[in-house]
Amino acid sequence: MFEGFFHALRAEGVPVAMDEWLMLQDALERGLADSSLARLHGLARALLVKSERYFDAYDVAFLSWFGAIDPADEEIADHVWRWLDENPGFLDRLAADMADRDRALSHLDLDELRRRLEERLANQTEAHRGGSRHIGTGGSSPFGHSGWHPGGIRIGGESGHRTAAQVAGERRFREYRTDSTLGVREMGVALRRLRRLTTRLEGPATELAVEETIDSTADHGGRLSLVFRRPRHNAVRVLLLLDVGGSMDDHAHLADRLFSAVHQTGRFRELTVRHFHNCVYDRLYTDARMAPSRSESTRQVLARVGADTRVVVVGDACMAPSELALVGGAVDYGQRNDEPGWVWLQRVAERYPARAWLNPVPAADWYTVHGARTLNAVRNLFPMFELSVDGLGEAVDHLMAAAA
Amino acid sequence: MPAPLGSPAVSTTTFRGTAGYIAADDLSDAVNVAIALERPLLVRGEPGTGKTRLAEAVAEDLGMPLLVWGVKSTTRAQDGLYVYDTVQRLYDSQFGEGDPSDIARYIRLGKLGEAFAAGERVVLVIDEVDKADIEFPNDLLWELDRMSFHIPETGETVAAHHRPVVIITSNAEKELPDAFLRRCVFHYIAFPEAEQMESIVRVHHPGLEDALIRGALEAFYTLRRFDGLAKRPSTSELIDWVQALAAAGVDPERIKAEMPFLGVVLKTPQDLEVTRRHLALRARRPAG
Repeated sequence: MFEGFFHALRAEGVPVAMDEWLMLQDALERGLADSSLARLHGLARALLVKSERYFDAYDVAFLSWFGAIDPADEEIADHVWRWLDENPGFLDRLAADMADRDRALSHLDLDELRRRLEERLANQTEAHRGGSRHIGTGGSSPFGHSGWHPGGIRIGGESGHRTAAQVAGERRFREYRTDSTLGVREMGVALRRLRRLTTRLEGPATELAVEETIDSTADHGGRLSLVFRRPRHNAVRVLLLLDVGGSMDDHAHLADRLFSAVHQTGRFRELTVRHFHNCVYDRLYTDARMAPSRSESTRQVLARVGADTRVVVVGDACMAPSELALVGGAVDYGQRNDEPGWVWLQRVAERYPARAWLNPVPAADWYTVHGARTLNAVRNLFPMFELSVDGLGEAVDHLMAAAA
Repeated sequence: MPAPLGSPAVSTTTFRGTAGYIAADDLSDAVNVAIALERPLLVRGEPGTGKTRLAEAVAEDLGMPLLVWGVKSTTRAQDGLYVYDTVQRLYDSQFGEGDPSDIARYIRLGKLGEAFAAGERVVLVIDEVDKADIEFPNDLLWELDRMSFHIPETGETVAAHHRPVVIITSNAEKELPDAFLRRCVFHYIAFPEAEQMESIVRVHHPGLEDALIRGALEAFYTLRRFDGLAKRPSTSELIDWVQALAAAGVDPERIKAEMPFLGVVLKTPQDLEVTRRHLALRARRPAG
């Protein structure tokens, strides 16, 4: 039944799976949509769409599929018949509802209702608003929209009783739309491998050490002697350097959130995030707005963050050669660097054997992109990987293999 | 208007919101669909939009006991099923207390286990599921599908006689696995519009002057629009704020211009600083 809606959803990029679709069929069979397009809108969304990111795309698909029923449309009858054919139980329930609630019209059964609709379609030659008989807007005829009838067939438009098309038409979830976050979960899974478990860190000993307990109990002549040890923790420290400004902002933000999310669940022993613009110079910034008051000298960061730290740089490495090679070449006027960016990059590279550069520029374009010269120069210092699910996986493998 | 959900078969388990919890129509529909289809309901939304309160309201409205499983970063799926207290058993066998040959004595059911074993239908909340490990939801798939699990130590199977109403909340800190999402009914609690917010505030503070509530709401929504806030204030902060404003008897006229007691609404010094700067800017601008 109305498979077209399924395809409309897929076409809008809503990832609907077959079992979710079957769940919706099940719900409709049980009458959970209650013969109401507004409830159908809510029901189908609850069952088919699993993230507010897709709510907007869903509304668009819903509008295109169900909202296309326009009372001014000449093919109105076809729309209605198609809808009725595709919803076999719809009119039965509708008739039952009417019988319950509207004595005056209770004698109308499905065929009668259809017949009358047909008759009125034939009689009606112009758009109609108000009144109680013709198909049109307002009024209380069982056909049409914006009116009120206990179970009438709404034909397009919007009613005062908040219809589905109205709800979908508001597109309230437009701002939740982010088409760029696909694969975020896969990246999170890849980052999980960025760990080296150890029990040597501080913390209470809460895990029962079975082997040691057996040994110890045996040593005590069978008298139970429990041995506890510290749970294993991740010993990996990470320094994340993010290139921000202009087109890099989205990528930096994504990387920041990814690493922070992983860190929050206790994955890293320590995570330090610093920002720079285009190239690392003598100061690094604690937030993306790069206010000088929230900066720290790069030397200080290098001194504090130990050499066994894994360094991940996220940036496109595409810049003017002068930014890399010249004193005072920094793109920001405020930052008059006394040493060229290249020297700073070398310093970072020398201090940290385990380092990787994640580049949002697809690997296939690394020789042709605007700024390819500096990109490939940077590659000499930092093993570079594409900022993608696969690239991140490779980078993590590389970071773990590079002995610190 | 369409009739509320509830053919005779489900009429006894229809959620409509309670006196203390105002549920939007689409939210109560989502709850009812989840109950009717016996699927977990996944509720997502900004912190402070009342996700956990929803579960309490559902339990209250349906007259079912409520079990809360608060998930932490260290929580494993197994913790929700049962814990086998080996250490206690070893001690008992050593010191001759109790009967260590009866393993069942050392099996303690987790919240999920309790919900299955309960003699009546209960509401189970798995709170903040995204706090746990990224694979955590996947580890629960089988149990949530079948509503049963096996305890190898005792050879016992814990199966639900009454499928619990499962409500799962998430702050969207992490993406949840697709396989898990596919099995859930999903609802996103959007931040309440001013109108709905007003009725929420009134539920919490009945009998306050209109002018005060209006003033506080207007200031609150202005505040939420300020650029650069790390954490935008939410419902619970607004409710506290209204209480503070009422207790101090602040003149409603002053609320929007001065925003007194900001510390109740904003929780970090950075956000306070950002807001002060915005307020100073507004004060300098001519009125209107």
